[in-house]
Amino acid sequence: MELMVAIFVGVLTGTGVYLMLRARTFDLVLGLTLLSYAVNLLIFVMGRLSVGRPPILDGSLAPTLANYADPLPQALVLTAIVISFAMTALLLVIALVARSETRSDHVDGEEPQGRGEGR
Amino acid sequence: MNSANWIVVPVVLPLIAGAACVLLERRAAGVARAVSIGTTFVLLGVALHLAVVAASGTVHPYLLGNWKAPFGIALALDRLSALMLVLTALVALPVLWYASGGWDSHGRHFHALFQFQLMGLAGAFVTGDIFNLFVFFEVLLIASYVLMVHGQGRERMRVGLHYVVLNLSASALFLIGVALLYAKTGTLNLADLSLRVPKVGGADAPVVQAAALILLVVFGFKAALLPMSMWLPATYAAATAPVAALFAVMTKVGVYAILRVHGVAFGADAGASALTVQPVLLPIALATSVVGVFGALSAHTLQRLVAWLTIASVGTVMVGVGLFNPLAWGAALYYMANSTLVVAGLFLLAELVAAQRGDAADRLEPASPVAQPALLGLMLLLAAASAAGLPPLPGFIGKLMLLEASSTHAWQGVVWTVVLVVGFFTLIGLARAGSILFWHVDASRPSGASGASPKLVGATLWLLGASVLMSALAAPVQRYTAQAARQLTDLDAYARAVLGAQGAGTETTRPYRFDAPATQEPRR
Repeated sequence: MELMVAIFVGVLTGTGVYLMLRARTFDLVLGLTLLSYAVNLLIFVMGRLSVGRPPILDGSLAPTLANYADPLPQALVLTAIVISFAMTALLLVIALVARSETRSDHVDGEEPQGRGEGR
Repeated sequence: MNSANWIVVPVVLPLIAGAACVLLERRAAGVARAVSIGTTFVLLGVALHLAVVAASGTVHPYLLGNWKAPFGIALALDRLSALMLVLTALVALPVLWYASGGWDSHGRHFHALFQFQLMGLAGAFVTGDIFNLFVFFEVLLIASYVLMVHGQGRERMRVGLHYVVLNLSASALFLIGVALLYAKTGTLNLADLSLRVPKVGGADAPVVQAAALILLVVFGFKAALLPMSMWLPATYAAATAPVAALFAVMTKVGVYAILRVHGVAFGADAGASALTVQPVLLPIALATSVVGVFGALSAHTLQRLVAWLTIASVGTVMVGVGLFNPLAWGAALYYMANSTLVVAGLFLLAELVAAQRGDAADRLEPASPVAQPALLGLMLLLAAASAAGLPPLPGFIGKLMLLEASSTHAWQGVVWTVVLVVGFFTLIGLARAGSILFWHVDASRPSGASGASPKLVGATLWLLGASVLMSALAAPVQRYTAQAARQLTDLDAYARAVLGAQGAGTETTRPYRFDAPATQEPRR
């Protein structure tokens, strides 16, 4: 299971970085979103992967990690999700304003000159 | 009120004031302005009070909701935190005063965002927890994104987009670093971390070291260390003057975080991970300094020149941090306080000059003479002398202490050469700018512009005056920074204060034992 999650995080990160390097604002937003998914997943699995363990103590089991999931990464990832959501919303607004100010969806505000344009 | 309770005030006060400003801005802009300036004034008072509290030498914890550290959210005040708070408020107040001269009405919600930015800065300086450091980074960044594009315009939006995207990527890296640290140490509390990192050995040590290096990239990006500094000149040059001046404090958050995390938690006592970043930090810092000053020499506008000087001064500060001894840290803190004031003052001055030069603005080319050559010229001279490190200004004292502190280091020769050469070229760069702006004028064209208002000049003079005051009060300030640096090396006192007498050293709070991973235990 660890390997699968690791590969998934890797694929998300790779896709995110690829989209960010496309240098178009919409691709950039998508890329950053995928990157933040990858990061959130990474934080989550830092609490170790386990199945069927509750994160809240109920008294019937000894309070060790053998019986319970670590609740802290879950709390951290919640914070990270909220923050990245807000940042994405802000980035979208800034990208829209930049689009209307510069009349281009390229991150440099103008179409690159010459060869090497990938679309 | 118990003196320890004041620690939370620099975070909560700007939050309330910012929220009030959001509501007031449309109805009564004048009231919002008054609330904002009044709050910042109170903040300066609170910061000074906290500096006095911290001067006693004990670390004061503030546990939110009285949840025991390392489980709850802990704030901690030591001399370094107090020093950074005072510096923030000392820069923020004149900058806000300057902005109230007209810039604040060029866009919406300037005062609210300014207060949120102050909240983020203050929070980053008092937090005792690396995840909350991330949260406060985000608070100050999200305010700075909007402040950055304050006033709008094509160039600001273009550079602002770059700034936001780069910072979001850095935030993602920050989280990766934090996650790796948590996976291997089981804690994110800075005091706890400094006790746990030394115990991580064997195959786990490289993971923790990787986390430290990832965090160095993040903090280095904020502090504008090479090669992550290329965003800064364009960003700071495109921002409005008061925003750029406030951003001068923002780079210092990166310096502060490197000192806290890499200097202390990954310091000399960190066992297998001791001094993880030392081999890279000093060369990077020296290179940053050199590139910064060459950038300043090649700048075409005064504001861009000052932005490059920000990088050069951060480089010099990081040289002190990179020497990894308390003496050098004390010198670096002293130099940092001064260079922040001078750079902030220079950003404001650049706009004062630009406003009086007609269409040429602050471009370094002959144009009509400014209306107040003597006043502005002398202010630039004062700032240049302090930035370059000429006696008796504090820039000189800071650099002298830095050179002295490097005397036991193997790289002494390189450090001396770089610091002195950078100082020399800083002087040349600013002298060149000054002679073009004030002497190389086209006298046939009438100036036309009227003098700057006393309010704007007063705000700029405040910043430069505060820098000169650091020279007059050099002995007490230097004593404070030296003690702040020494206090950083006393890990046990910090841990005892934050975690409590029984909390430090106990194993009950550690979810992940390094010898027997929890995941190997059988499921019920």
